[in-house]
Amino acid sequence: MSLLVTDQGFGPVPALPFVGLDQIASHRGALDLAQTDAPEAALPYLADLACIRIAFPSVADGRGFTLARRLRALGFAGTLRAQGAIIADQYAMARRSGFDEVEIPQAMADRQPQEQWLARANWQAHDYQSRLRA
Amino acid sequence: MYSYSDFDEAFVRNRVAQFTDQISRRLDGSLTEDEFRPLRLMNGLYLQLHAYMLRVAIPYGTLSPRQMHALADIAQTYDKGYGHFTTRQNIQFNWPKLPEVPAILSALADVEMHAIQTSGNTVRNVTADHFAGAAADEIEDPRPYAELLRQWSSDHPEFQFLPRKFKIAVTGSPNDRAVTRAHDIGLRMQRNAAGEVGFEVIAGGGLGRTPMLGFVIRPFLPVEDLLAYVEAVLSVYNTLGRRDNKYKARIKITVHETGREEITRMVEARFAEIKPQFGGADQALLADIRAAFAPPKFRTAPTIGYEAARSKDPIFRAWADTNLAPHRHPDYAIVTVSIKAHGQTPGDATAAQMHRLADLAAAYGHSDLRISHEQNVILPHVHKSDLAALHAGLSEAGLATANVGLISDIIACPGMDYCALATARSIPVAQDIALRFDALKLEHDIGPLKIKISGCINACGHHHIGHIGILGLDRAGVESYQITLGGDGSQDAVIGEKTGPGFAYDQIVPAIERIVLAYLGLRLAQDETFLQTYQRLGIAPFKAALYPPEAVDDAA
Ligand code: HEM
Ligand code: SF4
Repeated sequence: MSLLVTDQGFGPVPALPFVGLDQIASHRGALDLAQTDAPEAALPYLADLACIRIAFPSVADGRGFTLARRLRALGFAGTLRAQGAIIADQYAMARRSGFDEVEIPQAMADRQPQEQWLARANWQAHDYQSRLRA
Repeated sequence: MYSYSDFDEAFVRNRVAQFTDQISRRLDGSLTEDEFRPLRLMNGLYLQLHAYMLRVAIPYGTLSPRQMHALADIAQTYDKGYGHFTTRQNIQFNWPKLPEVPAILSALADVEMHAIQTSGNTVRNVTADHFAGAAADEIEDPRPYAELLRQWSSDHPEFQFLPRKFKIAVTGSPNDRAVTRAHDIGLRMQRNAAGEVGFEVIAGGGLGRTPMLGFVIRPFLPVEDLLAYVEAVLSVYNTLGRRDNKYKARIKITVHETGREEITRMVEARFAEIKPQFGGADQALLADIRAAFAPPKFRTAPTIGYEAARSKDPIFRAWADTNLAPHRHPDYAIVTVSIKAHGQTPGDATAAQMHRLADLAAAYGHSDLRISHEQNVILPHVHKSDLAALHAGLSEAGLATANVGLISDIIACPGMDYCALATARSIPVAQDIALRFDALKLEHDIGPLKIKISGCINACGHHHIGHIGILGLDRAGVESYQITLGGDGSQDAVIGEKTGPGFAYDQIVPAIERIVLAYLGLRLAQDETFLQTYQRLGIAPFKAALYPPEAVDDAA
């Protein structure tokens, strides 16, 4: 069981037909990327993809943040979802890097209940990047 | 001096509240130890041998008297009455208690300071030339760029969980006092043929267990591209850096394994991707920051008092000869206050000394203080007519040691006395060397000589770039000290060369003495420095002095 975290709190995870990069040619709107995948491979498909989900295998592995930022820079306008070992303290980082939502396992939600995530829903405040990049 | 905007102030306060909350969420089990550790580290809190250690950032080494007073108060209230200045322009408190950490962080926020990103796998406190804004040889004050980088790196969403820590240093002078080539990114200000100012960007330097000097990844970067380019380097590193082995995770290894050409190509491509994301707001902010670093109003007054004091007082003269550096204003001097009194712990200052330094900076130093990576305190702007009074004020607080740049001005890491990773003591070795050469009365005759000591291969004491480097190792439960010679942290950076077998704790000071006496015999003239003599003759004559023939037989 997993949960979807957005600025509104916890919700159910919409089921999407994710495929990996190796099957991207026959995708049906949803792509799964590993933290080690290069976004260039998805470039020709970005306009047709509705959702890209990026894996976070461990709390200490921040590659997914750069991957998300790059997909946005390369023009991806669909939904970006972070999935895996993400803690509430990283929610603002995920949102600022370009993610729309975070998919976490039930066990994480049990340990870090909704209010701990909602406490970071104000991710647009105190953000040096938005000041510097304007 | 830069003073916090409302935005900075709110950011730091908010961060204190967040970390306070994280501490309680660790205690109630919301966060596991593995999840809490990176959060604790990115807020400057280490777990050490005996207790927690809090590392406070002194961005680009610059402090106001008010901030120095606050650090003294923290040392007095929450620590054992002293603080330790480090080689990365931070101050460490070695004895804070976990429940008191939020109060310390609030006290820091009251004076526009923080401990954010002084630790952990993130972009660390950005360091700069400690003579910035005062040095006679400077092209431009590097601190506005360091402040811009501080803001850019603070809570940068992509780079809080890097493969490993990331250190950036900036210098505005051709004479590199910021050791830029030993940093993950080093920025050296340059003027191009058209007279425009930009940076030579150096990447991939680092000491630690695999010391490497950085290479020039971009010979000339226009200043307006600074953030986009640095971000491109970090973006490539975050993607490529190894996460399977923490000893191979620094960018120096990424550069080594990927190749300089390939990584340069990748960074340039990433830079092209990132550059359009910066729409000019950073440049507007930079202009404001520059204005905040405008030089003080220098005073025009006679300097005869200085000359008179020099000829009258030999103690003052000796101090002036070693501890002053040329200021860009002819009536001014840059004063380095040694935090290396013979026999004391290098870099440790008591609360009373910090208060005194703050008062003297307010009275005689245009209210400006700096911390150098060599663990000393700088008063960058002192009118020459005030030097004698300043010296008297320093003397009363035990701060007038005349040894800057000399053999007892040693960089030493905390070593076995504090550090959980240490394999040997380093502070007592520094103390013994300083006391020995003070007793021999040879220090001034020996002249410029940098000794740097680390208590394990992590190299916090920068031993690889010491003219004489000492590395304390553990050989079957016994301390053994390995010597390197000829290292150099300047613009001509060199990693020192190992001499051979190591020395026991009670043999290391005599070994250093043999090297130094050999130098005195070998130098062509009094003004040929140790490093110059070494560069002229190589390691052989020093090895011969270090290992008498019978010892060489044993080692073979
Ligand atoms: C006592 C607690 C400390 C611990 C546990 C510690 C730990 C470490 C470790 C593990 C490294 C190697 C990192 C790597 O190569 O990736 C390192 C590097 C370094 N440390 Fe420390 N350190 C401590 C205190 C200090 C102090 C007090 C200073 C300053 C005097 C310092 C300055 C440095 C510097 C400059 C480096 C960089 C060397 C490089 O470029 O790789 N550290 N430290
Ligand atoms: S060099 Fe080793 S002993 Fe010294 S402070 Fe660093 S980690 Fe500790």
